[in-house]
Amino acid sequence: MTIALNHFSAALVFSLFASIVFGITHRETTREMVRYGVRCFVTFLGGVLLAGWVMWVLKR
Amino acid sequence: MANSTTERSKAVGAGSVGAMSVIAPAVGWLIPGAGHMIQKRWIRGLLLFVSIVALFLIGLAMQGRIYKANGGDILDMLGFVGDIGAGALYLLTLAMDWGQGAIAFATADYGTKFMIVAGLLNFIAVADAYHIAIGKKQ
Repeated sequence: MTIALNHFSAALVFSLFASIVFGITHRETTREMVRYGVRCFVTFLGGVLLAGWVMWVLKR
Repeated sequence: MANSTTERSKAVGAGSVGAMSVIAPAVGWLIPGAGHMIQKRWIRGLLLFVSIVALFLIGLAMQGRIYKANGGDILDMLGFVGDIGAGALYLLTLAMDWGQGAIAFATADYGTKFMIVAGLLNFIAVADAYHIAIGKKQ
Protein backbone atom coordinates (compact mmCIF):
# COMPACT_ATOMS: atom_id res chain seq x y z
CA MET A 1 0.00 0.00 0.00
CA THR A 2 1.41 3.37 -1.00
CA ILE A 3 0.40 6.72 0.41
CA ALA A 4 1.17 9.89 -1.49
CA LEU A 5 0.84 12.96 0.71
CA ASN A 6 1.44 16.45 -0.55
CA HIS A 7 3.93 18.60 1.32
CA PHE A 8 1.43 20.35 3.55
CA SER A 9 -0.39 17.13 4.43
CA ALA A 10 2.90 15.52 5.35
CA ALA A 11 3.73 18.52 7.58
CA LEU A 12 0.27 18.31 9.16
CA VAL A 13 0.58 14.61 9.95
CA PHE A 14 4.08 15.06 11.32
CA SER A 15 3.05 18.03 13.47
CA LEU A 16 0.02 16.21 14.87
CA PHE A 17 1.83 13.10 16.03
CA ALA A 18 4.96 14.90 17.22
CA SER A 19 2.82 17.36 19.21
CA ILE A 20 0.92 14.55 20.90
CA VAL A 21 4.17 12.91 22.00
CA PHE A 22 5.71 16.22 23.11
CA GLY A 23 2.62 17.15 25.07
CA ILE A 24 2.54 13.86 26.94
CA THR A 25 6.24 13.64 27.69
CA HIS A 26 7.02 17.27 28.51
CA ARG A 27 4.27 18.13 30.99
CA GLU A 28 2.85 16.73 34.21
CA THR A 29 -0.91 17.29 34.39
CA THR A 30 -3.46 16.49 31.71
CA ARG A 31 -4.43 20.13 31.26
CA GLU A 32 -0.79 21.17 30.80
CA MET A 33 -0.19 18.28 28.40
CA VAL A 34 -3.08 19.33 26.18
CA ARG A 35 -2.11 23.01 26.23
CA TYR A 36 1.52 22.28 25.44
CA GLY A 37 0.58 19.83 22.72
CA VAL A 38 -1.66 22.39 21.05
CA ARG A 39 1.06 25.02 21.35
CA CYS A 40 3.56 22.66 19.72
CA PHE A 41 1.13 21.88 16.91
CA VAL A 42 0.45 25.54 16.19
CA THR A 43 4.18 26.31 16.32
CA PHE A 44 5.04 23.47 13.94
CA LEU A 45 2.42 24.51 11.39
CA GLY A 46 3.16 28.20 11.80
CA GLY A 47 6.82 27.46 11.25
CA VAL A 48 6.05 25.52 8.09
CA LEU A 49 3.96 28.36 6.68
CA LEU A 50 6.55 30.94 7.65
CA ALA A 51 9.36 28.92 6.11
CA GLY A 52 7.33 28.54 2.93
CA TRP A 53 6.82 32.27 2.60
CA VAL A 54 10.47 33.00 3.37
CA MET A 55 11.49 30.59 0.61
CA TRP A 56 9.05 32.29 -1.77
CA VAL A 57 10.58 35.68 -0.97
CA LEU A 58 14.09 34.31 -1.46
CA LYS A 59 13.13 32.78 -4.78
CA ARG A 60 11.78 36.09 -5.99
CA MET B 1 9.29 -5.48 65.12
CA ALA B 2 7.36 -2.66 63.53
CA ASN B 3 10.61 -1.17 62.33
CA SER B 4 11.68 -4.38 60.61
CA THR B 5 8.27 -4.69 58.90
CA THR B 6 8.50 -1.10 57.75
CA GLU B 7 12.05 -1.61 56.59
CA ARG B 8 11.08 -4.78 54.76
CA SER B 9 8.20 -3.11 52.96
CA LYS B 10 10.45 -0.18 52.06
CA ALA B 11 13.00 -2.61 50.65
CA VAL B 12 10.31 -4.39 48.66
CA GLY B 13 9.03 -1.03 47.38
CA ALA B 14 12.53 0.05 46.43
CA GLY B 15 13.07 -3.26 44.68
CA SER B 16 9.89 -2.81 42.66
CA VAL B 17 10.95 0.67 41.64
CA GLY B 18 14.36 -0.69 40.71
CA ALA B 19 12.90 -3.45 38.56
CA MET B 20 10.35 -1.17 36.93
CA SER B 21 13.04 1.38 36.13
CA VAL B 22 14.59 -1.25 33.87
CA ILE B 23 11.48 -3.06 32.64
CA ALA B 24 9.43 0.02 31.71
CA PRO B 25 12.07 1.57 29.41
CA ALA B 26 12.87 -1.82 27.87
CA VAL B 27 9.25 -2.64 27.16
CA GLY B 28 8.61 0.94 26.07
CA TRP B 29 11.41 0.73 23.53
CA LEU B 30 10.14 -2.54 22.14
CA ILE B 31 6.49 -1.50 21.92
CA PRO B 32 5.89 2.27 21.85
CA GLY B 33 3.74 3.35 24.78
CA ALA B 34 3.93 -0.01 26.55
CA GLY B 35 6.32 1.40 29.18
CA HIS B 36 3.52 3.76 30.23
CA MET B 37 0.81 1.13 30.05
CA ILE B 38 2.57 -1.29 32.38
CA GLN B 39 2.70 1.56 34.90
CA LYS B 40 -1.05 2.02 34.55
CA ARG B 41 -0.86 5.21 32.49
CA TRP B 42 -3.25 3.72 29.98
CA ILE B 43 -4.35 6.76 28.01
CA ARG B 44 -0.87 8.21 27.73
CA GLY B 45 0.48 4.84 26.66
CA LEU B 46 -2.25 4.38 24.09
CA LEU B 47 -1.75 7.86 22.63
CA LEU B 48 2.00 7.31 22.43
CA PHE B 49 1.46 3.94 20.78
CA VAL B 50 -0.95 5.31 18.20
CA SER B 51 1.19 8.37 17.41
CA ILE B 52 4.54 6.62 17.07
CA VAL B 53 3.23 3.56 15.26
CA ALA B 54 1.13 5.66 12.89
CA LEU B 55 4.08 7.91 12.07
CA PHE B 56 6.28 4.89 11.36
CA LEU B 57 3.70 3.07 9.26
CA ILE B 58 2.82 6.18 7.27
CA GLY B 59 6.54 6.60 6.61
CA LEU B 60 6.69 3.03 5.33
CA ALA B 61 3.62 3.54 3.18
CA MET B 62 5.24 6.63 1.68
CA GLN B 63 8.00 4.33 0.43
CA GLY B 64 10.51 5.56 2.96
CA ARG B 65 13.84 3.86 3.43
CA ILE B 66 15.09 2.06 6.51
CA TYR B 67 18.71 2.38 7.58
CA LYS B 68 20.78 -0.59 8.60
CA ALA B 69 23.57 -0.92 11.13
CA ASN B 70 26.26 -1.30 8.53
CA GLY B 71 25.58 2.09 6.94
CA GLY B 72 28.58 3.66 5.31
CA ASP B 73 28.63 7.36 6.10
CA ILE B 74 27.73 9.38 9.16
CA LEU B 75 24.26 10.30 7.92
CA ASP B 76 23.41 6.65 7.37
CA MET B 77 24.58 5.88 10.87
CA LEU B 78 22.47 8.70 12.30
CA GLY B 79 19.51 7.39 10.32
CA PHE B 80 20.06 3.99 11.86
CA VAL B 81 20.17 5.47 15.36
CA GLY B 82 16.82 7.12 14.71
CA ASP B 83 15.24 4.05 13.15
CA ILE B 84 16.34 1.66 15.91
CA GLY B 85 14.34 3.76 18.39
CA ALA B 86 11.16 2.33 16.95
CA GLY B 87 11.94 -1.04 18.54
CA ALA B 88 9.82 -3.92 17.30
CA LEU B 89 8.60 -1.88 14.35
CA TYR B 90 12.17 -1.55 13.12
CA LEU B 91 12.91 -5.22 13.73
CA LEU B 92 9.75 -6.25 11.90
CA THR B 93 10.58 -3.97 8.98
CA LEU B 94 14.03 -5.51 8.71
CA ALA B 95 12.68 -9.03 8.98
CA MET B 96 10.03 -8.45 6.30
CA ASP B 97 12.50 -6.64 4.06
CA TRP B 98 10.31 -3.56 3.90
CA GLY B 99 11.61 0.00 3.77
CA GLN B 100 13.67 -0.37 0.62
CA GLY B 101 12.91 3.21 -0.40
CA ALA B 102 11.86 4.49 -3.80
CA ILE B 103 13.88 7.27 -5.37
CA ALA B 104 11.15 7.75 -7.98
CA PHE B 105 8.69 9.06 -5.40
CA ALA B 106 9.20 12.63 -4.22
CA THR B 107 7.51 11.91 -0.91
CA ALA B 108 9.67 8.87 -0.20
CA ASP B 109 12.17 11.20 1.43
CA TYR B 110 9.44 12.40 3.78
CA GLY B 111 8.66 8.77 4.54
CA THR B 112 12.28 8.12 5.48
CA LYS B 113 12.24 11.10 7.83
CA PHE B 114 8.90 10.03 9.32
CA MET B 115 10.38 6.70 10.32
CA ILE B 116 13.49 8.28 11.82
CA VAL B 117 11.40 10.76 13.80
CA ALA B 118 9.10 7.98 15.01
CA GLY B 119 12.15 6.27 16.48
CA LEU B 120 13.42 9.45 18.07
CA LEU B 121 10.00 10.20 19.56
CA ASN B 122 10.00 6.71 21.04
CA PHE B 123 13.33 7.46 22.71
CA ILE B 124 11.63 10.46 24.35
CA ALA B 125 8.72 8.25 25.38
CA VAL B 126 11.13 5.70 26.86
CA ALA B 127 12.81 8.42 28.91
CA ASP B 128 9.38 9.55 30.12
CA ALA B 129 8.49 5.99 31.14
CA TYR B 130 11.75 5.81 33.07
CA HIS B 131 11.01 9.07 34.89
CA ILE B 132 7.59 7.75 35.88
CA ALA B 133 9.19 4.50 37.10
CA ILE B 134 11.68 6.30 39.37
CA GLY B 135 9.00 8.62 40.71
CA LYS B 136 10.38 11.76 39.11
CA LYS B 137 7.09 12.28 37.27
CA GLN B 138 3.47 11.40 37.92
